[in-house]
Amino acid sequence: MATMPILPNMPALDLIKSFKLKTKQQELLIRVSILCLVYILAFITRLFSVLRYESMIHEFDPYFNYRTTLYLTQNGFYDFWNWFDYESWYPLGRIVGGTLYPGLMVTAALIYRILHFLRFAVHIREVCVLTAPFFASNTTLVAYFFGKEIWDTGAGLVAAILIAICPGYISRSVAGSYDNEGVAIFALLFTFYLFVKAVNTGSLAWSLASAFGYFYMVSAWGGYVFIINLIPLYVLVLLITGRYSMRLYVAYNCMYVLGMLLAMQIRFVGFQHVQSGEHMAAMGVFFLLQVFYFLDWVKHMLSDTKLFQAFLRITVTCAVAVGAIALGLGMLSGYISPWTGRFYSLLDPTYAKDHIPIIASVSEHQPTAWSSFMFDFHILLFLFPAGLYFCFKRLSDATIFIVMYGLTSMYFAGVMVRLILVATPAVCLVSAIAVSATVKNLTVLLRSKNKGVQTGSTKGSSSSKASSKALLDQSQPFQKNGAIALLFGAFYLLSKYATHCTWVTSEAYSSPSIVLAARGAHGSRVIFDDYREAYFWLRQNTPPDAKVMSWWDYGYQITAMGNRTVIVDNNTWNNTHIATVGRAMSSYEDEAIEIMRSLDVDYVLVVFGGVTGYSSDDINKFLWMVRIGGGVFPVIKEPDYLVNGEYRVDKGAAPKMLNCLMYKLCYYRFGEMLTEYGKPPGYDRARGVEIGNKDIKLEHLEEAFTTSNWIVRIYKVKPPNNRW
Amino acid sequence: MAISRYVLLVVFTIAMLASTAMSDPILTKVDRHVENPGPLIMSEVLLAFPELQAKNLAYLMASSHETKGKPKGSVVSLPIKAVNLDERPSAVTFYSVLLPKEVAAGESFTLDVLAVFTHALRPVPEHITQVDIQLVLYRDSVYYLSPYEVKVQSLTVKLPDSKIESYTKLESTKVHGSEIKYGPYENLPPFSLSPITFHFESNLPFAVAQELVREIEISHWGNVQVTEHYKLIHGGAKSKGEFSRRDFQARPNDRGASAFSFLVAHLPARARSVYYRDLIGNISTSHLRVDSRKTELMVEPRYPMLGGWRTAFTIGYGLPLQDFLYESEENRFLNMTFGSPMIELVIDTLIVKVVLPEGSSGILAAAPFPIKQWQETKISHLDIGGRPVVVLEKTNVVPEHNQYFQVYYKFSGLSMLREPLMLISGFLLFFAACIGYMHADTSISKSSASYLAKQQWEEVQVLIQKVQNVINRCLAMHDNLEASLRDLSRTGDVQACKAARKSADGLLKELSKEMKPLLTSLQAYSSAAQILPKVEELVAKERELQEKVMLKHSTAVEGYERKSGARDIDHRVALLQQKITALKQEVDDLLQFIDDI
Repeated sequence: MATMPILPNMPALDLIKSFKLKTKQQELLIRVSILCLVYILAFITRLFSVLRYESMIHEFDPYFNYRTTLYLTQNGFYDFWNWFDYESWYPLGRIVGGTLYPGLMVTAALIYRILHFLRFAVHIREVCVLTAPFFASNTTLVAYFFGKEIWDTGAGLVAAILIAICPGYISRSVAGSYDNEGVAIFALLFTFYLFVKAVNTGSLAWSLASAFGYFYMVSAWGGYVFIINLIPLYVLVLLITGRYSMRLYVAYNCMYVLGMLLAMQIRFVGFQHVQSGEHMAAMGVFFLLQVFYFLDWVKHMLSDTKLFQAFLRITVTCAVAVGAIALGLGMLSGYISPWTGRFYSLLDPTYAKDHIPIIASVSEHQPTAWSSFMFDFHILLFLFPAGLYFCFKRLSDATIFIVMYGLTSMYFAGVMVRLILVATPAVCLVSAIAVSATVKNLTVLLRSKNKGVQTGSTKGSSSSKASSKALLDQSQPFQKNGAIALLFGAFYLLSKYATHCTWVTSEAYSSPSIVLAARGAHGSRVIFDDYREAYFWLRQNTPPDAKVMSWWDYGYQITAMGNRTVIVDNNTWNNTHIATVGRAMSSYEDEAIEIMRSLDVDYVLVVFGGVTGYSSDDINKFLWMVRIGGGVFPVIKEPDYLVNGEYRVDKGAAPKMLNCLMYKLCYYRFGEMLTEYGKPPGYDRARGVEIGNKDIKLEHLEEAFTTSNWIVRIYKVKPPNNRW
Repeated sequence: MAISRYVLLVVFTIAMLASTAMSDPILTKVDRHVENPGPLIMSEVLLAFPELQAKNLAYLMASSHETKGKPKGSVVSLPIKAVNLDERPSAVTFYSVLLPKEVAAGESFTLDVLAVFTHALRPVPEHITQVDIQLVLYRDSVYYLSPYEVKVQSLTVKLPDSKIESYTKLESTKVHGSEIKYGPYENLPPFSLSPITFHFESNLPFAVAQELVREIEISHWGNVQVTEHYKLIHGGAKSKGEFSRRDFQARPNDRGASAFSFLVAHLPARARSVYYRDLIGNISTSHLRVDSRKTELMVEPRYPMLGGWRTAFTIGYGLPLQDFLYESEENRFLNMTFGSPMIELVIDTLIVKVVLPEGSSGILAAAPFPIKQWQETKISHLDIGGRPVVVLEKTNVVPEHNQYFQVYYKFSGLSMLREPLMLISGFLLFFAACIGYMHADTSISKSSASYLAKQQWEEVQVLIQKVQNVINRCLAMHDNLEASLRDLSRTGDVQACKAARKSADGLLKELSKEMKPLLTSLQAYSSAAQILPKVEELVAKERELQEKVMLKHSTAVEGYERKSGARDIDHRVALLQQKITALKQEVDDLLQFIDDI
């Protein structure tokens, strides 16, 4: 039998074709499933810490947040709002309701309530631990919509994927990192997205939504100042570049006025929007916008250009003069407060170092090193400029916004390590534009050429087919191969990014810092749980009203885990109080006991890493105590503790150093201890030296408890001796 | 004077064991040899305890001495009840033991009594430093307090260590290492008392749980979850002065010797997912040893427990349901041990909560000793009304109380499905709500231009979709024709092939008829203006394709009819085939384009 020619369409293919969804449906399906996967990925990649350690709250500030959330769920909102905390800042206390951003706690309590309403009897701790990952997942969705708004759906998807695993964001949103930033980044990006949407549509509804987004941001984090300065700046840039429109007018006015009124409802923020120098830019731009609108209207009414020019000159002069006078009067009368130190230190990185040691002493307030940019952004660092290029090529209101957000936040990220967090969404979005645009261009190139080849081959006769193909190959051989190579390069880079992010997350950002882990001699994991050992000891074995003095870093943890009153904590609102503690720590025991008695101190807690080689202990932080103490009490002088400008604890150390309270408390009876084989007793493993003062006697204090690895040492203040 | 009438001649051997490793209970073992000399038959024996001891009495058991030859486990305890006798001095508490058989006059009967006291050892001095050795004081009477006349009695005191600071010396005292013997004494009148005290060294762990809450939650899906919340204190001499970790690490045996740093719990076999944590998180210092008969859990508190120090923690584990729950139809009962799995732990207040599944009824708890009990409800995952909880409370609990207790209740197996069904219906509702939302028209103004345009566009889209549908069916027809041609080349059945063409022809005509009204209505929409030319082009191209396919088909069939060679037919069809491929490509492209809009 003769065979028919094999036809191109086989029956099996037909079957598939009949099942095939339409392209649009396909696209929707793929998009939604990618988004779902990204949503889940963003959540689970942050669970490393739970798997490695346990479901626990991390670090320092989250413990305060956890404690307040616990209070909120137990006592209700009004009690929380009116809470006066006797357990911190003894004897001053702290008005908690008026000195915190309640957004995070209210959010967690709300989630907790909803879950309990749905009869999921979860513990509030689990809710707190998982709040940050949950909001990180939500952020990916916002990033998608934001990307869609400024570029296209492709860029939105890429942005969602990039931000889901970006280490810069993960560093503050792993499970257990129950801090304001966890929800604030979501709120920040959401507000920006809604505002851009409002500017793009000119819709009152969207700008109202952005006002509410701003309200949520204000309630969640002090970083809202960034929004209230960036948006006016953006409006100003649009005005200058001649992109003023009615849409912008509606969006900004509604957002600013309502956002400001809503923000005033947060007690901690209060009337700052009209009284603080940091918020004045927004108000200035608001009035400027009114003047602009007015002028526009006048221009519309007056058909005479000359007349308008004259009018313009008069109005602008008047407006500027009135503004300047109002600002000057406000400043002089003290109604408008000047910029705060933190704000200054953002604009001038050296400011804190010279003026506010308490800000400079925090490691996350240090200027950022290049390596940490690389660590947190990886390839995004190179994609960011490329994305900027694409943005400038297709300039619109939205891309101008993202460019400004990216550039300003990158500057701030350079000033302070922790602000990398704020820059991350912008960097991810801009990079997403770069990736998406590049990949799209390359694939369009590939697809169109393939089609060309196909049509060429099918249309022409067999002879012309070959020639046309040859022609095509001649014209674009390099282009096609180049496109394929570039695509592969892009995928290689992206996969590298993914592995880098996973590695960073699992290695660097998933440690709770309460529990320390180290590799043992045989490769096994050794856990140092000394912090909790000490805090639980305090909780169980000291009188309920005992006051504990420690450096402020541990204040929140002591109140949350130890449930005891502390003198100073991480809130650092009273510099003098902290300086008093710093002074006590850096004085001789005789002088220190006076200070401690005056503060009613019962226990003193120090963190000491000499046995385990744990380097972020109090001896290494000690110079900051001296500096902060010396900043208020000139009796304490930094050079007294240094030898030729060098900080040492061995025999060559300064005599004041060897006999100050901190040194004594850390090294009490350490001189007898053999820490490392082949080293003399009293060998400090954290600093790698033999200590200088091995014979330490305490007169007014006694060792009450030392943890098994000596990381936390607690001393009891002895009652005064009887006179006779 | 009801008692004194029966003057009993009682032979006592009191063996007092200062507990080996018990925190601070003292075991008093009394062997009673009861002889009834009186004229009456007696059926019960009274045991008397001075008030000092009575308030520390945690456990009392009497058994007949006759079972001595049998294995130890089969000791049958005799029923004991507290009795109130008003004519006796109020400082004495009585318990009456019901004898298994009545003892007639002149007969004798031997009785073993085991009494466990808690908090009977008092640390003296009360505060010690880390260097000091813990000393405890025990007071008792050398004579056994009894409402009866005692014929012979002796007392042996066993102390944990031979290091004895002091003890009461009487004429008949003998000391053998850690054992002190008093007696024998003969013919003692009723209620004779002579106080003795012992002051001795004891570094035993005085672990006392001030409160222990055991929560036993039954899930009929196969798990019994036990959660135990301990509030522990070291009940020995309180530590004073400084606690030096350096000394404690370097010389643990004489610097803080009275401290204990771990507790051992014997969990039931097949215990799983054991955890050990406290208020502030997981405690990593615990070890679990599992073998086929038992699960041994060693827990270390976060810090060594010095005298007077407290700690609190929670342990939890799951047990297989079938090991503890017995059922017949709807009646079920849980059979579990009452006390704590920790060995050598004294519990001041023990609260056992048995959480039964939601929907249980007819709840009844039974324990071998008197306990306080009441019921409450607990709301847990997916509960509507809450789960019934049986709460049993007992003070002064010692390991001897580790006996089985039962909770009887009724539970229908169908209630088990309630929670999954709730979840399923919850999700169903959620999805239904989503579908409802997607289909609901939420726009406020129905007459605005944008709304109308949107609606029109939706209608256009529906029309276009219909057009696409028709085209796709046409394309499917073409494919059918191709298939019939392939069949022809295989079978050579010309008639079937012709029939196929005929039917295809008819169907295609119908389809083109269907197409016409769609196109005309599409023309009516203004918003379809952009897309219309493309659609028309698509229809035209499809028509052309249709013709070509038909032509090819008829050519091929003709060729077969004329019996021309396959190559010949191929050659004739080739040109057509090329055109068909090109057209098909174009039609596909157009479809794609329309799809993308």
